[in-house]
Amino acid sequence: MDKPIRVLVAKPGLDGHDRGAKVIARAFRDAGMEVIYTGLRQTPEQIVETAIQEDVEVVAMSILSGAHNHLFPIVVNMLKEREADDILVVGGGVIPDDDIPGLKEAGVAEIFTPGTPTSQAIEFIKQNIKR
Amino acid sequence: MSLQERLVSGDVRALARLMTYAENDYPEATRVIKELYDKTGGAYVIGITGPPGAGKSTLTDKLTKALRARGKTVGIIAVDPTSPFTGGAILGDRIRMQDLFTDQGVFIRSMGTRGHLGGLSRATQTAVRLLDIFGKDYIFIETVGVGQSEVDIVKTADSVVMVLMPGLGDDIQAIKAGIMEIGDVFAINKADLDGADRTKIEIEMMLDLNENREWRPPISKVVAVDNSGIDDLLERIQNHRYYLESSGELVSRRLRNTKQELVSLIRDRVVEFILEESGERFSVDRLVESIASKDMDIYTAAEEILRKIKK
Ligand code: B12
Ligand SMILES: Nc1nc2c(ncn2[C@@H]2O[C@H](COP(=O)(O)OP(=O)(O)O)[C@@H](O)[C@H]2O)c(=O)[nH]1
Ligand SMILES: [Mg+2]
Repeated sequence: MDKPIRVLVAKPGLDGHDRGAKVIARAFRDAGMEVIYTGLRQTPEQIVETAIQEDVEVVAMSILSGAHNHLFPIVVNMLKEREADDILVVGGGVIPDDDIPGLKEAGVAEIFTPGTPTSQAIEFIKQNIKR
Repeated sequence: MSLQERLVSGDVRALARLMTYAENDYPEATRVIKELYDKTGGAYVIGITGPPGAGKSTLTDKLTKALRARGKTVGIIAVDPTSPFTGGAILGDRIRMQDLFTDQGVFIRSMGTRGHLGGLSRATQTAVRLLDIFGKDYIFIETVGVGQSEVDIVKTADSVVMVLMPGLGDDIQAIKAGIMEIGDVFAINKADLDGADRTKIEIEMMLDLNENREWRPPISKVVAVDNSGIDDLLERIQNHRYYLESSGELVSRRLRNTKQELVSLIRDRVVEFILEESGERFSVDRLVESIASKDMDIYTAAEEILRKIKK
């Protein structure tokens, strides 16, 4: 039980759908993680500053509004600029299959869409955290 | 650059990483503090306590903004409960502090209690010291807020703000004993709701019972969500600080706290030492078995261990 994984669950952009983010936050907590939840409507700057101050190992973002192609890569790049690319970035929400390869190319490690069991995301994080 | 050099040069990532080390019991955090101990003591530490939902996080956000407007830098440590079953936690205090995230003069850290009782986590004091060395003018500590056992905060903070709200009624009666006494300043938040005046009278009555102390805690009515009454509350906190400083009480309060922390540190170390030593000269497990089988009583067993250790 010592040394829990710290993860930031964030909702970037103007998207108001927060059910999925809350489900994910609770699932991560129940898996023994420390989840920092910051609420709706976060800018990439807010997400990156929070990730750094909280020294999280994972940034987990949820988007259902369709703005994923725009917002996910911005966060990845800003983390890189701050030399915080030892943080694993994952995403989820309503994201068309066709968009997933591009997002992975941009540095999002994995995308979890509706219907995927939360245990799959938990397992992925445990296997892929970088430190 | 080493973490220590980066910390002194104002690198936020180094500060954050050292806090992680403190939480995970890696010696690097205390090693750095040992080196930089003469840089501690400059920050003023304010505890924010009170029942869950009273508005501690919202108030911390507003007080921080008021201090930032006065040119002060701020560190915030917000503690939430860790689940005893899974070891996980949802740390949600930041939801009320969103405007502060990108302010370079503010550093916020959320912490789970990780099994520690008393309203704080075991690493809170170390994290406060790191923020202090980093150069923050003010440090807020938001406690868990579970009510009955929030006593750690007095040992860590210079001023304790007790946040209450209207309609607690019987709750005030319930948390009265022992807990209400730790408030140096009272904030009745959600004064936009009915009953704030009644809550104020109830607190006044309780304070009347303790007339012989030199500092009578003032009571401030605030509406944190509307940023109303915040300057008044901040002024009362500053008055408490002025009282502590001018009466010499700040020095003796910090001395008292240092002594308590030192005692509990040695206690932890001694227990650790004894458990490590267990095996050759004596065995804790074997003594436990003797106690269970009534070959020995528990008090004699404890004395036995101490006798062996002293040799
Ligand atoms: C409920 C709902 C709402 C509710 C939201 C309530 C709330 N507080 O969340 C309300 C009614 C408010 C709403 C409003 C709107 N909605 Co709506 N809504 C839905 C709906 C039906 C279900 C979403 C949901 O809650 N699912 C349940 C949760 C648990 O699932 P989830 O979020 O998908 O999360 C799971 C996975 O995706 C994954 N996951 C999600 N995030 C993450 C993150 C990580 C890191 C990981 C690992 C996994 C993960 O794990 C979760 C659990 O399995 C969807 C349609 C759909 N079937 O998805 C539309 C949908 C999302 N809405 C849509 C739209 C258009 C809107 C509105 C713009 C409608 C309007 N014109 O007003 C508004 C916008 C609101 C706003 N401010 O953003 C569209 C979005 C279209 C798009 N992407 O291009 C959808 C897809 C409907 C559609 N087919 O058109 N909506
Ligand atoms: N009506 C009212 N609600 C408030 C006020 N301050 C905070 N709240 C709300 O009370 C709830 C709990 O606040 P929070 O700061 O999270 O409380 P904490 O648990 O003590 O940290 C939130 O929904 C706030 O928006 C206030 O002055 N008036
Ligand atoms: Mg709170």
